[in-house]
Amino acid sequence: MKLTLRIWRQKSPNDQGRLVSHQLDDVSEHMSFLEMLDVLNEKLLAEGQEPIAFDHDCREGICGTCSMVINGVPHGPERATTTCQLHMRKFRDGQTITVEPFRAKAFPVIRDLVVDRGSFDRVIQAGGFISANTGGAPDANAIPIAKGEADVAMDAAACIGCGACVAACPNASAMLFVAAKVVHLTHLPQGQPERAARVREMVRTMDAEGFGYCSNHFECEAVCPKEISGRFISELNREFRELFWRGKS
Amino acid sequence: MAVDTHALNAGIPSGPLAEKWDRHRFEMKLVNPANKRKFDVIVVGSGLAGASAAATLAELGYNVDCFCYQDSARRAHSIAAQGGINAAKNYQNDGDSIYRLFYDTVKGGDFRAREANVYRLAQISTQIIDQCVAQGVPFARDYGGLLDNRSFGGAQVSRTFYARGQTGQQLLLGACQALARQVGAGKVKMHERTEMLDVVLVDGRAAGIVTRDMVSGEIRSWSANAVILATGGYGNAFFLSTNAKGCNVTAAFRAWKKGALFANPCFTQIHPTCIPVSGDYQSKLTLMSESLRNDGRIWVPKQPGETRAPGQIPEAERDYYLERRYPSFGNLSPRDIASRAAKEVCDEGRGVGPTGLGVYLDFADAIQRLGRNVIEQRYGNLFQMYERITGEDPYAVPMRIFPAVHYTMGGTWVDYNLMSTIPGLFVLGEANFSDHGANRLGASALMQGLADGYFIIPYTLGNYFASQAPPRVGTDHAEFRGAETAVRERIQKLLSVNGSRSVDTFHRELGLALWTGCGMARNATGLKQALDRIPALRQEFWEDVNVVGGGEELNVTLEKAGRVADFLEFAEVMCLDALTRGESCGGHFREEHQTEDHEAKRDDENFCHVSAWEYTDIDTAPKLHKEPLVFEHAKPSQRSYK
Repeated sequence: MKLTLRIWRQKSPNDQGRLVSHQLDDVSEHMSFLEMLDVLNEKLLAEGQEPIAFDHDCREGICGTCSMVINGVPHGPERATTTCQLHMRKFRDGQTITVEPFRAKAFPVIRDLVVDRGSFDRVIQAGGFISANTGGAPDANAIPIAKGEADVAMDAAACIGCGACVAACPNASAMLFVAAKVVHLTHLPQGQPERAARVREMVRTMDAEGFGYCSNHFECEAVCPKEISGRFISELNREFRELFWRGKS
Repeated sequence: MAVDTHALNAGIPSGPLAEKWDRHRFEMKLVNPANKRKFDVIVVGSGLAGASAAATLAELGYNVDCFCYQDSARRAHSIAAQGGINAAKNYQNDGDSIYRLFYDTVKGGDFRAREANVYRLAQISTQIIDQCVAQGVPFARDYGGLLDNRSFGGAQVSRTFYARGQTGQQLLLGACQALARQVGAGKVKMHERTEMLDVVLVDGRAAGIVTRDMVSGEIRSWSANAVILATGGYGNAFFLSTNAKGCNVTAAFRAWKKGALFANPCFTQIHPTCIPVSGDYQSKLTLMSESLRNDGRIWVPKQPGETRAPGQIPEAERDYYLERRYPSFGNLSPRDIASRAAKEVCDEGRGVGPTGLGVYLDFADAIQRLGRNVIEQRYGNLFQMYERITGEDPYAVPMRIFPAVHYTMGGTWVDYNLMSTIPGLFVLGEANFSDHGANRLGASALMQGLADGYFIIPYTLGNYFASQAPPRVGTDHAEFRGAETAVRERIQKLLSVNGSRSVDTFHRELGLALWTGCGMARNATGLKQALDRIPALRQEFWEDVNVVGGGEELNVTLEKAGRVADFLEFAEVMCLDALTRGESCGGHFREEHQTEDHEAKRDDENFCHVSAWEYTDIDTAPKLHKEPLVFEHAKPSQRSYK
């Protein structure tokens, strides 16, 4: 197939950036989206131009590194699919495809399609963990956990931290990301001792990093490659409200 | 070739196998709790081994600097492990024990691993599960709320713990959250998008590293009292592998050039259940958990050149070759055996799919027996992934699979304390060579990475500090200045070639040469051809590679070029090791050494050793050192899965 690609080029964080058009012939429908970009980059190199910088690593849909907005949708048109797992058979011959970086105040562009998502790490560092030093753990079967609870924890823990939820949100809110971690740890007995502090610190850091507020658009849920449920946001709100009732905010 | 066994003292503790680790832990020296903060540690890599080590060392009180090339620690490639993690918990009451896990691992490794190391690994395995549950890893559970297990990859007991098909992800998030807690507490400083480009030795000890900031291009030195490499394997030497695109051998290779011996580089694992190559644009291969082999049946047509669709081929004309050749293990035969069998049927012209390089993995029987629902519950995400990549519905049409490079058992040589031949340079996880011998069993990589990081290095590093009191050398030392200059010059050299070929074309060509000469089956002729081709390709690379852009900016081409330059040297050591090891064992299959029914034929008389290679000079062959392997408990026998 033949494609017209309009791709965001930005040399550095301070560069203004612009969309640049490229033609690509002979795209196989079996290529992944990133393989298509590899082919384009080889072409650019052969012409003596600098290749397009984009983040990617495992190319198996699990590391959460790839981060582009394809025709206005983070990770592109296929539901529950990261960019690296998106294949060209989902596009038409002759189509124009616009590719931009994830855009959010808390995800500044480094170059082309590469953004800095360090803000996510800082939110986790604020409380997205269970404090269990290595060594003192009781036997793993000492505390049975109801299958239903363990399953909810796993549903939430499946988040790959890619940031598509933020890129899709009109407010660039990180509520789904934060909710996923809070729900994962809240549904486990091991997560109880730090339950209140976790919510308080993660939400505080989320705000400080410049993520917006949630106004229930649920674009996040719609683009999430791991189908993390928007219901978790309600649960995060409930946990947060508890802080006020208990005077722990 | 010169052989020097004196230099290779593994330092295995004396005493009965089951007491070695306990005894060693008592005999090792300790660092006073108040003194731990006086020691600085560099950890390179943030996968299971690196993150667990960095977090645990910080918990103990050491000051840790942790480096990774990814944009976040959580993205390290451990995250992609699907199937599970082994532990000798015997929760299923099916006859498992520490000794059985030890025995299975030594046998699965085709008797080319150290008994003492493997026994320790089996002992520690149970603590790992406890630790992970305490951190909130959401392992699968049964309706009573207890942990569930499955049997996995050639094991006859159910000892594998799993979190859906995302076990690696959940274990890594557990370790990275422990790490994040220490970053928040100020005990670990995390350096993302930072690539280690050299290790610096002062007075023969590891004193620090030189890195390149992948965003600004800044070259910088870091000093510490010890350096830990947890930088993964070298499977990407083959270009096409199941590794993440960024995985590379650079850190381990630079350590090799500074004197750390490299052990068994020819021991690579080819995983049997990957999605076949679809075209020459292919950038990587995707693995599908071999748990699929629990219910899927592997077959090819009996007739070469079969053109009918799989559903049209009657039962009598199908060859379920694993079930036929290995009746007791069948489709669950170990990885090396299943991979080689697939290659053989494809070599006979019986491969399937457009390229003829594929075999069927068929769920029709399982769907009929258990119902589509059950199969969907067990493998739903894998089936989805397969459909996304191939555009075919595996509920209706059998999957096509083919083996792909997946894991490297070889790695930097380490002693029982996980220290390399450079004092103060420790190597953990896939980056070391120690526990899997010539073939790794399924669900054992996660176990080893976490054992090294959570439960071994915290003790052995303290022993190094307490017994040797390594000094902290400033980065203004001449050795650091010299290493920085060398790194800058090399980058300048790459940028100034201004040739006509892209980095990827060289990498693909190298990968093909390795796959052909040093892949699933090797012979002397093919290896010699590869050994002729690789230096020539390396020369072409340095004369004709095209690296655009500058050194002081985010430059993806430059990053790749540096890594490929190292693979172009390292590949030669792999082939040399494969040529020198004149026997077949585990993943290393030499066609000259096979039994009458085409099984691997070990030569315990001549090759019951670890081959550890010492760098000499780029133009002279590396020097071979041998560490003899002694088997007092698991007596070497012909591995039979019939």
